[in-house]
Amino acid sequence: MAGGAALTYSPKVSAAGVSVTGTVKLDGTAPHQKGIDMSKEPSCAAIHKDKPVTMENVVAGSSGGLANVVVYISQGLSGNEVSSAPAEFDQKGCQYIPHVLAINPGQHMKIVNSDQTSHNIHPQPTKNNEWNKSQPPGSPPFDVAWANEEIAIPVKCNIHPWMHGYFAVVKGPYGVSDDNGSFTMPNVPPGSYTLTAWQETYGTQTQQVTVAAGKPATVTFTFKAK
Amino acid sequence: METKIMKTSSLLLGAAGLLLMSAVSWGQMTAYQESQRLNMEAHVGKYTGHAKDAEGTYRRYCVGCHGVEGDGQGENAQWLDPMPRNFTLGQFKCRSTPSGTLPLDSDLYDSIGRGFDRSVMPPWNTLTNQEKVDLVAYVKHFSSKWTTEKAGDPFPIPPEPEVTADKIQQGQVLFQKLECWKCHGVEGRANGPSSDTLTDDQNRPIKPYNFAEGARQKCGSTDRDIYRIFMSGLDGTPMPSYIDNVKPEEAWELVFYLRTLQQKNAYNAKEKAIAKQLGLKPIDPNAPVPAAPAAPAAAPGGQQ
Repeated sequence: MAGGAALTYSPKVSAAGVSVTGTVKLDGTAPHQKGIDMSKEPSCAAIHKDKPVTMENVVAGSSGGLANVVVYISQGLSGNEVSSAPAEFDQKGCQYIPHVLAINPGQHMKIVNSDQTSHNIHPQPTKNNEWNKSQPPGSPPFDVAWANEEIAIPVKCNIHPWMHGYFAVVKGPYGVSDDNGSFTMPNVPPGSYTLTAWQETYGTQTQQVTVAAGKPATVTFTFKAK
Repeated sequence: METKIMKTSSLLLGAAGLLLMSAVSWGQMTAYQESQRLNMEAHVGKYTGHAKDAEGTYRRYCVGCHGVEGDGQGENAQWLDPMPRNFTLGQFKCRSTPSGTLPLDSDLYDSIGRGFDRSVMPPWNTLTNQEKVDLVAYVKHFSSKWTTEKAGDPFPIPPEPEVTADKIQQGQVLFQKLECWKCHGVEGRANGPSSDTLTDDQNRPIKPYNFAEGARQKCGSTDRDIYRIFMSGLDGTPMPSYIDNVKPEEAWELVFYLRTLQQKNAYNAKEKAIAKQLGLKPIDPNAPVPAAPAAPAAAPGGQQ
């Protein structure tokens, strides 16, 4: 289960920001994640033959960390910088990698099909326009941007009904927790903020943080297992 | 006693106020917005439609299914499958514009006149052209999208080439390569491996189109319509758009192959004859996709 490891926010103009790092923890035992039977798609089943695949509604690491949690500034941010960092959403082994992709409104992302099978990418937003496009094997990536903030846009493939992921469209710096629950929000300008952490099953949590110049801040979010 | 009544009535008033306020929630309109949007126009050919002129027509013919608010929750809606369109979403199946964009006024006009095959929406041929264009404007007034966005740019459809055996065989290769069969089935009988799991945007089960069942499609039945349907996709359904990955000449090849999957009808005599002559067999999904066409120049056989 590839977490959101490679996702960073790096605005074009690097302000005198510091990084806000932290951990997202799961208090309790993660609910059972149903196994996925990919036998209808042999090319994908073959990729996972050594390690069975499960749903990813709650992905907990061994050290009590919770993966795929989007952390962003929900209040206190001025300015409206759009990250120019490359963002990629891959379809590999009939799974979305990453399972949750965070992105700024207007930031460009690439949708890639690394599989030997056709996928259709079908995001179902409520605050952006919905579309549904096919991507046969070997076809070039799609370049996509979302106009409006939205936490979060579910995305699915109708051909492979187990495929399920999210685009979290948030303003400003963001981080997505990896398998250890660690996240980094780079380039946060000094100030007082409300941080929100969003997890697809458990919803949102907020906390206040004050970021001083030249002094990286640390925060911890804890979600109770249900 | 008197104070008690007064208390009750002020409570009632408060409750009524709350109700009024909640009516102005998402997807619904204030009286002001309604009056503004009733200025909506539609343009099809030489006709200009006005939403206000369609109020009577809508209330007489459309409201039973599509509802007063245009949200597809008219009083008949609960008995219907497929459900009536929810106009407040501004999302439509039959478009000549890319996936995720608004349709042209003429697309909506055509939908009203054509009706929807395999649904209870009939062709509204009894209405005059002017009434239909007015209705298009009225349909548009239900969604704020039409005030903030323009219709998408229609994609070009090049002239239809002559049907040949090669083109049909090429189309069959595409049918396998694009994996149309995953939903539509190897013979186009709507029984592909993913067909049972499909849902629409409201999470209601939905069936893929069964080519063997008839000659008509929801968004039109000519070759051009079929071309447009899979290039644009049917928004709100599992059917995706293929325009980014299918070239125009390939699209026509696929149209010709899809015609061979249908029972003989008014549109596919040529394709059926060629398929018969070729002895065309359904694809084998377990076999690798044939890489190249079967020597195009050497096989002019089907042209007649």
